[in-house]
Parts: sequence; structure tokens; C-alpha cells
Amino acid sequence: MTGPDLSGSVDMTHGGGGRAMMELIRDIFLRHLSNPILDRGDDAGLVEAPAGRLVMSTDSHVISPLFFPGGDIGSLCVHGTINDLAMMGAQPHYLTAGFILEEGFPLADLDRIVASMARAASAAGVQVISGDTKVVERGKGDGVFITTAGLGVVKDGLNLSAANARPGQAILVSGTMGDHGVAVLSKRENLEFETEIRSDSAALHGLVADMVAATPRIAVMRDPTRGGLAATLNEIASAAAVGMALDEAQIPVSPDVAAACELLGLDPLNTANEGKLIALCPAEDAGRLLDTMRAHPLGRAAAIIGEVTGEPSCLVQMKTAFGGTRIVDWIAGEQLPRIC
Amino acid sequence: MRYISEFRDRKLADTLAARIAREAQPGRDYHFMEFCGGHTHAIFRYGVQDMMPANVHFVHGPGCPVCVLPVRRLDDALELAERHGAILCTYGDMMRVPGTGRRSLIRAKADGADIRMVYSTLDALKIARNNPGKQVVFFAIGFETTTPPTAVAIEIAKSEGLENFTVFCNHVLTPTAIGYILSSADFAPGGPARIDGFLGPSHVSAVIGSRPYEAAAERYRKPVVIAGFEPLDVMQSVLMLITQVNEGRAEVENQYTRVVTRDGNQKAQALVAKAFQLRKSFEWRGLGSVTESALRIRPEYEKFDAETRFELADKQSREVKSCECPSVLRGVKKPTECKLFGTVCTPDNPMGACMVSSEGACAAYWSYGRLRDPGKTDAA
Repeated sequence: MTGPDLSGSVDMTHGGGGRAMMELIRDIFLRHLSNPILDRGDDAGLVEAPAGRLVMSTDSHVISPLFFPGGDIGSLCVHGTINDLAMMGAQPHYLTAGFILEEGFPLADLDRIVASMARAASAAGVQVISGDTKVVERGKGDGVFITTAGLGVVKDGLNLSAANARPGQAILVSGTMGDHGVAVLSKRENLEFETEIRSDSAALHGLVADMVAATPRIAVMRDPTRGGLAATLNEIASAAAVGMALDEAQIPVSPDVAAACELLGLDPLNTANEGKLIALCPAEDAGRLLDTMRAHPLGRAAAIIGEVTGEPSCLVQMKTAFGGTRIVDWIAGEQLPRIC
Repeated sequence: MRYISEFRDRKLADTLAARIAREAQPGRDYHFMEFCGGHTHAIFRYGVQDMMPANVHFVHGPGCPVCVLPVRRLDDALELAERHGAILCTYGDMMRVPGTGRRSLIRAKADGADIRMVYSTLDALKIARNNPGKQVVFFAIGFETTTPPTAVAIEIAKSEGLENFTVFCNHVLTPTAIGYILSSADFAPGGPARIDGFLGPSHVSAVIGSRPYEAAAERYRKPVVIAGFEPLDVMQSVLMLITQVNEGRAEVENQYTRVVTRDGNQKAQALVAKAFQLRKSFEWRGLGSVTESALRIRPEYEKFDAETRFELADKQSREVKSCECPSVLRGVKKPTECKLFGTVCTPDNPMGACMVSSEGACAAYWSYGRLRDPGKTDAA
């Protein structure tokens, strides 16, 4: 079977509501994302309400570059929203996707992105049940922006929230920190450097299902995306008015990421992840939870990195591997490479 | 990570800490200025001060390139981008520094100025090649570490005949600044502050060598130890300084022998000498006007000098009122002694450059050490 002609690029007619838009939907979106709900072509996807409590989340993706080692904006927009649901302990079921395309964007690249979305969704067991496309004039976008929303179901009895953090709980991470941020940075214009580092972009709901089954008393789960581990722990600390004490020597960072951060003057603890999670649980459950995480392919390098404290300043503090102590703070603005 | 983790070894740190504790005489205090923001950062990031005896104090110096740039020069850079319509290429650290009226490059960019963050001077050249119809200005800041790459860019621009590329030169000189600090009234006997020795710059010294500090060490009778940026480097250098003080010596010693030699990188020095000459004087934030403390582009390269190509307006540049960056940069005040520190001035809402740059003392205090007792007068 010969595929559609993808040699052209997006133009304003693709968002105009006419035949060109219909062909774009048919040749790219439906060709990859087809399922009985989407294929009906109605204004919204109609599904049976699943049993249990529903969770919804939405996430917009504006990454540059669009393709990076270990993923692309297509897989990322699926994983990102699934992970937001998964951090509530949910099983994700459905996604919707809104595309903002810039005039001139190559159709072949769009096809690659949507194909990648389809693979990621299929691997994660979710369906894209509704979509939307808009086209903006050249110069008013950055190739493609994708917003996904997700619907999932949480079992009764499970109540994960940052507000549940309590002194004495153990803090665990599912693997090495900073891989995604460094992988993306390594392909940025003006900063390209040779590295084997790949984004960790992955859907975490399978790992989460194993974790909540083994340790139903997990109190908090979060995925340390933008701002990295440091920002996410600070969010939890301020939400629950608790402090945290970390042990730097226990925080997993791959040697390649550590070296790249060293060279660029970045801190792996401030660097983004897209396939890692942080979990807080009662100290007595920590060993079992760690074993469960390490038994899952996405948690092989999991570690217990510290504990929640009642420290009144609500700061995240860390015993450095060197033997001193310091605060682990949010970053202000963006991480910037050093001058000298 | 070979050659990095070795210099962060916990056991060696404990051994060094014990030796420092033995060497530091209980009856006296030791005040050492770490010139570079890189050292300040290492001291805080690794908690080095926790491993020092109570009578060893760090005094933070002016070696943060972003911090010592006076507001006037930042205002000039803003003018180049906004009034002259140039594409202004800058190192990222500079983006958020507040100029007069707290206007920053990042604000100007949001308002439509074409300001690009670059990682090297070569990126700026690339931008100039790709935008032949626009003037492209590289906002050159920094000590001797960043000067050779600027010299290379000017040389390349000349050889390619790039008509639209200029450099707004703000490169400053470290040994002059050290001499100036030691000659100031702040550190005179009986003055408000004290320095018993210097942790000398590491990357700067890789370029200029250790020799240029010898005059100041001898003249002011202060030991200088060229120190690497890793935490063990800092600790070993402190031990070397204490030993010198105890023995009454005031020499330039080199702890960072794996990188620094007495004569430095002579190829880089030659490149710098070819493109630049001394300015009669240059304004430093904190230090004021310092004679022969900075470089300007030589007349034979004036085509590439933004100060020649563009007419910069006179302006009334002003720092934020009651910002203590100048005193912090001179090592006379601790960041925590500034009224603005942690109240109105934080990294998210900086009033002065020292709170912006990762090499700034205020940012290091805030990000890593703000739990420490603000009333204590040492670094800890």
C-alpha cells in the first residue's frame, strides 16, 4: 500500500476547515491514531464511564528541539500526561490532543511525530479519543505545540497528594536524575555536544501500579519534570509544611549526566526528568517499596534518598557527599551555563 | 567521573579537616578572601565551611564577572539592543541582572529587543554571518578566562571581513583588582575588614599563570595560594594559607598544579595582547574606578569595537537604593548584613547582581546557606 504524499508542508488551508484539513486528519492523524471512538469523527469522543473515581489532567508541550535522543514531542506529550495521572495512582484510559501547527512545518515531520504518539499510546494501553488542529502563520509558533489531556481512574482507598507528606516518611526516587534535561540540551542549537545520554521519557503507570499494590500506604508521588528533583521536593515541602533531609551520596545520577552537568555548570538536581518519580511512604514500608520499584524495568536504579522532617523552615536540606550540608533550593528562572 | 570525584573524596576531606584543625592556632583568627565566585560556590555547594574550625573565616571577593560590571555598562548594552537595534549576544548569566530602574536584558527581550543568549563567542560569529543585514554585538564580560575567546572572535571576524560584528568589551583584570583591594582603606590596619591571605583564581591563573600575583603578595605581605575549584582543592589551599600565615611567609604558592603554571598559557596571552590594550581606568561595581584594571580593543581592530561603531548616550545610571552589592563585593559586608537580603532581594526578584549570578555571594548564601545563623560574622 502506498502512503499519502507527505512531501509538502503545513499551510493555512490545513487549519481552514476545508478539504485540505480533512485530508490532513485522514492522512496523518487518523492513519496513526485510529480507534473506533476517534474514527467516528464526532465533535467529542464518547466513552462508557469507567468504575471508580475519575482523574483528569492536561499538559502542553513546547519542547525545542522537537526530536531528541530517546524521544520526541510525540512520545513526550503522551508520557507527560499519562504520568500526571499516574502520580495520582491512576490507571490512564483516554487522551485528547490539540495541535497548534506553524505554517511551513514539514508534513513528514508531523507524520513522524504523530506516529511516535501512536506508538507511545499503544504501548501504554491508552487511546486518543479526540483531537483538534489549528494552524498559525509562519513566525507565530515554533513548528508544533501539542496539548494533551488525559482521563484515568483511581482505585478507592488510594489518596495520593503532596499534602500527605509527614515527618518521618522515607523519600524514594525511581532512578537516575537529569537524563532528559541533558539529552535535550545536548541537541539545542548552539550547544550541541556529543553524548550517549538519552531522555528517560517513559509512561510510569505500570511502575506505579506495582508500587501501590505492594505498598498501599504510599503518601505522595510526583514526577520531577521541569526544575528537577529540587523543585519537586520543594513543592511537596511547601504544600505539606514539612522539611526534608537528603543524603547526596544516595541520589542516583549517571556518570555521563554528572559529567555533562559539570562541564556546563548545571546541577542534575535542577535538571528535568520525564520518566522518573518521587515517592514518599512510611519509613517502615520503604524497604519493601524499594524492592518493588527495583523489580520493575523503569525502577532498576531506585533509591531511598532521604526523609521528611519537621524542620520548621520547610527547606530541603542535604548532607553533601563531601561531608558538609547545604540547602537544595528551587532554581530562579532557567538554569544557565556558567561563564568561567 | 574520573578527575572530578577524586577531588570530592570524603575520606581525604576528613583528613584535611583534621590537619587544618591542628594547624590553625587557637589564639588567632584567619580571614581568607576567596577571590572567585567559583570558590564561593564550591564552599557553599559542598558545605566546606562546615569542615573548618571556628576561627577560619572566608571573605568573599569580587571575582564574579557579572557582579562587578557597573550598571552603566549594562545600561549601555541595553541601549545597543534597544536604540541602535543591534542583535545583542550575551552569556546567559547576564540576562537577569538589573540595570537602572531594574531594567534587565530579559525584560528588554520580552519588549522586543533582539537579545540572544550564547554559549561561546563562536555562536555570536555564527549569528553575525547568518544576519548580514543586522549589526551583531557580542557583550564581552569576564576576567582573563573569557578574554582569549573574545580575542579569537575578533581575529576571525577580521579575517572573514565580517562587517556587521562588533564587541562591547568589558574584560577586567584580576591581579589589579587584588592589589587594589589590598591598598584600600577597608583592609588597612585598623580598618573595618581584614584579609590574611587569598585563595587565588584557578581558571584565570590557567591563562595568566601565577607570576602576576607575586608583586601584590610581596608588597602587601599577604600569601596567595592559587586554588582549584573542587572542594578538596579549596581545603588544601586553606591549609597552605594557614601554614604560610603561621610561618610569617607571604608567598604565591600554587595548589592547582594540575592546570596552572607560573607563566600560564602564553599562546592565549599573545592572542589577548594582539587584540587588546589596557584602559587607563575602568569602573568596577563595588570597587569604583580602578586604574589599568580593564582591557579595550586596540585601534587597529576598531572596526570591531562597539564603542567606536555606536555612539552611546550619556546616562544617569543608578543601582537599586540600599543594595549592598558594592560592600559585599569588597568583602566588607556579608550578604546577610544587607537589609534587602532575603526580604525584597531573592534570586527570583534580584535587586543586585550578586543575587543573580550563580557565582554571586548573595545567591550562594541564599541558595545553599540561608539557614545558617545570619548574625554570625564568619562565612558559616
